[in-house]
Amino acid sequence: MTASMQSSVGNPADEKRGMNLTLRIWRQKDPSVKGKMVTYKVSDISPDMSFLEMLDVLNEQLIMQGDDPVAFDHDCREGICGMCGLMINGQAHGPQQTTTCQLHMRSFKDGDKIDIEPWRASPFPVIKDLAVDRRAFDRIIQAGGYISVPTGTAPEAHATPVPKADSDAAFDAATCIGCGACVAACPNASSMLFTAAKVTHLGLLPQGQPERDDRVVNMVAQQDREGFGGCTNIGECSAACPKGISMETISRLNHDLLGALRAGARPKS
Amino acid sequence: MPLDLFSVGDPIADTKAPSDVPIGERWSERQFRGRLVNPANRRKLTVIVVGTGLAGGAAAATLGEAGYKVKSFWYQDSPRRAHSVAAQGGINAAKNYRNDGDSVHRLFYDTVKGGDFRARENNVHRLAEVSVNIIDQCVAQGVPFAREYGGLLDNRSFGGTQVSRTFYARGQTGQQLLYGAYQALERQIAAGSVEQNARTEMLDLIIVDGRARGIVARDLVSGEISTHFADAVVIASGGYSNVFYLSTNAKGSNTTAIWRAHKRGAYFANPCYTQIHPTCIPVKGDYQSKLTLMSESLRNDGRVWVPKERGDDRPANDIPEGERDYYLERLYPSFGNLVPRDIASRQAKNVCDEGRGVGPGGLGVYLDFAEAIERLGRPAVEAKYGNLFDMYAQITGEDPYVTPMRIFPAVHYTMGGLWVDYDLQSTIPGMFVIGEANFSDHGANRLGASALMQGLADGYFVLPSTISSYLADGPFEKVDESHPAAVEAMQSVQEEVQKLLSINGNRTPASFHRELGQLMWDYCGMERTDEGLRKAIDRIRELRREFWSDLKVGGDWHSFNQTLEHAGRVADFIELGELMCIDALHRNESCGGHFRAESQTPEGEALRDDENFAYVAAWEWTPEGQPPVLHKEDLEYEYVHLAQRSYK
Repeated sequence: MTASMQSSVGNPADEKRGMNLTLRIWRQKDPSVKGKMVTYKVSDISPDMSFLEMLDVLNEQLIMQGDDPVAFDHDCREGICGMCGLMINGQAHGPQQTTTCQLHMRSFKDGDKIDIEPWRASPFPVIKDLAVDRRAFDRIIQAGGYISVPTGTAPEAHATPVPKADSDAAFDAATCIGCGACVAACPNASSMLFTAAKVTHLGLLPQGQPERDDRVVNMVAQQDREGFGGCTNIGECSAACPKGISMETISRLNHDLLGALRAGARPKS
Repeated sequence: MPLDLFSVGDPIADTKAPSDVPIGERWSERQFRGRLVNPANRRKLTVIVVGTGLAGGAAAATLGEAGYKVKSFWYQDSPRRAHSVAAQGGINAAKNYRNDGDSVHRLFYDTVKGGDFRARENNVHRLAEVSVNIIDQCVAQGVPFAREYGGLLDNRSFGGTQVSRTFYARGQTGQQLLYGAYQALERQIAAGSVEQNARTEMLDLIIVDGRARGIVARDLVSGEISTHFADAVVIASGGYSNVFYLSTNAKGSNTTAIWRAHKRGAYFANPCYTQIHPTCIPVKGDYQSKLTLMSESLRNDGRVWVPKERGDDRPANDIPEGERDYYLERLYPSFGNLVPRDIASRQAKNVCDEGRGVGPGGLGVYLDFAEAIERLGRPAVEAKYGNLFDMYAQITGEDPYVTPMRIFPAVHYTMGGLWVDYDLQSTIPGMFVIGEANFSDHGANRLGASALMQGLADGYFVLPSTISSYLADGPFEKVDESHPAAVEAMQSVQEEVQKLLSINGNRTPASFHRELGQLMWDYCGMERTDEGLRKAIDRIRELRREFWSDLKVGGDWHSFNQTLEHAGRVADFIELGELMCIDALHRNESCGGHFRAESQTPEGEALRDDENFAYVAAWEWTPEGQPPVLHKEDLEYEYVHLAQRSYK
């Protein structure tokens, strides 16, 4: 992403000022009513604005006109909390592999039409407009995405060295921000990449071994209960993931799951 | 000081720290003298915890494990979103794994000194003691800290210290620590010991017979306003940097929980102590909605400079070495680029005020990695800071591997917060305040990598221990929504919500918020003056009147209404902003992040006035029309001698 950025910065002729855009946005008052796409115009959008700042401009206009502003989730606006997430022209988080809040308007050009929709997956029901309920992810974590270590019971941190390669790989998996782009991008609405990231993170560390088998069977069972689709290794998830969580985590989950089932682990009912 | 701005009340003091034993024994002595609740009785006791960041998440999980019934509240969709997630650089602990002379006492000393001698010694010493347990706890939870090839934990150094005691997980330490606490919390939710209240915002505190017994909260999805009851209330709602509108906080971060508790009687301590972080990405335009921090760890390898000549607008790489002013290295030879945050920020402001700033509007300085890339090689720099460089490129469209970063200070953290004693209990019995929401550990300036340490210390180790002394008196008499105190709190929340919706004026909440933020930045930011603060107070009072007569919020209260949420928070920020300015005005000295232009050394450094201001300013709210009351807690330094800070 750095490379594409340089080219637009290096050439001032590419600089875009004051774009006029047509937005088609999913509006749905609440889960009980049907939603529809509604067209809005915004003008004088700076290429330096973030995508969400562009929506702020729209919402200020709507409030002043006495219209209902567009509801969307966001919080940190620095790409780490995982609260934001929009389908932009059919792509989760839009044309770049980043979070919606870190997508900037320099990725668009004057006159563009932009379709903006919420995550589309039945386990993520719409709350209003572009905001969805992702608590299914929390319930997958509740099923086993932790190491049971009550406060104050931990041994000295240096008592168990962890090979740097394992620790680094665990970290890479642990960077998942739980935004849900993987589910939104997947044709099956599968949550496999989310679950696999946590299974990989904890399964690579010595501290995560005692609960490794139970963790994987219970988390997989929970994602099925939530209604997420099955994984068919298409890879849209990883391509849309703002943190670049690798498909290897899914291989690892499948490996762990098979091993756990053969060892007799069964999900809690 | 004119009496119309405030009045002075009785002094206040902490009575919980056992000062009859040496400082190193006080925490264990306090735990020993405190009362315990036996495991069978814990399930009869309920605790409300507001917020799920490092402090609140850790506290809720730990109290749940201990067997208490916990009710946890957060305004986001998931506890994992709390803004602790965004902390980048690291967490301090006195492990002395580097054998470089670190110790509990040195961490204690550095923190008291870094706070410019405005923190309470007892609390800081306990923080340093507990720091080592935090690392053990987090490693056991699976937090993937950076490690060396031998498999042991790596450390780095941070501003304001000369040892390497900072544990980190690339540039995402807060995220990884938060997920540790989040996972522990989810485990307790699954176990049934913690009740979850997602997307629910605390709007008032319910006090019965002088004790905090519950909260009024609004379900942000359905809009329903309801009451929740407990034997104790723990507030862990974070800091209030968003009073400046632009800050590095999350958009939703707010002061509402602590401000409304303040209006119910909790004293607010040192509200003007604000940390302006030196290394943030500069503002680009009027539409800017937040500022992004670049971790202070970058100052380990990046060199800060501006052109020697004012108005030099050549591209950075065209300015020859001899025409650059590496001003931190020049002014502070022994700490160089690693001076504490307040000093680095103020010097950046100074060079920009001299007309030597770079980038749009001259509001920026360079943070240059050319020397580090040459010394370490690009792969090593990438491994250390890759995600930060990517973030910078994403936001600015510039490549920091080629062109120096441009940075400028931004509001980042608030050292002030609700006053608490050694047990972390506020002036309202039964209401405890932890993490950034309290005031206790950082004095007038927080050192880097100490916020995560304090949040987790409070949440995992301090609060779960001290709260039992209070709960040992419980369970308290049962109260429900029909209690007059609950009815009154509920009504006042409903009235306010309806009022916000009914004004139907001409300005949005964001428009008021921006104006307040600009006032705070101009007059209560990096440099404060008597004249400016008085001007700000007058203008904030006018702004408050305009807010309540010209606000426009659409929609209704019984649905998902983000404009209404924002309006309520802005109303509280306006009131807080006034108190911050009064506090800054009354503190006619400079200390840490509070720089009064009238009080500086001949070299332009902050000049404290220990004779008159070595105290915590704890403010009491008074009914409309009466000035706030100042209660002073004298600060005594038994173990660290008061001295002028020097990082030269």
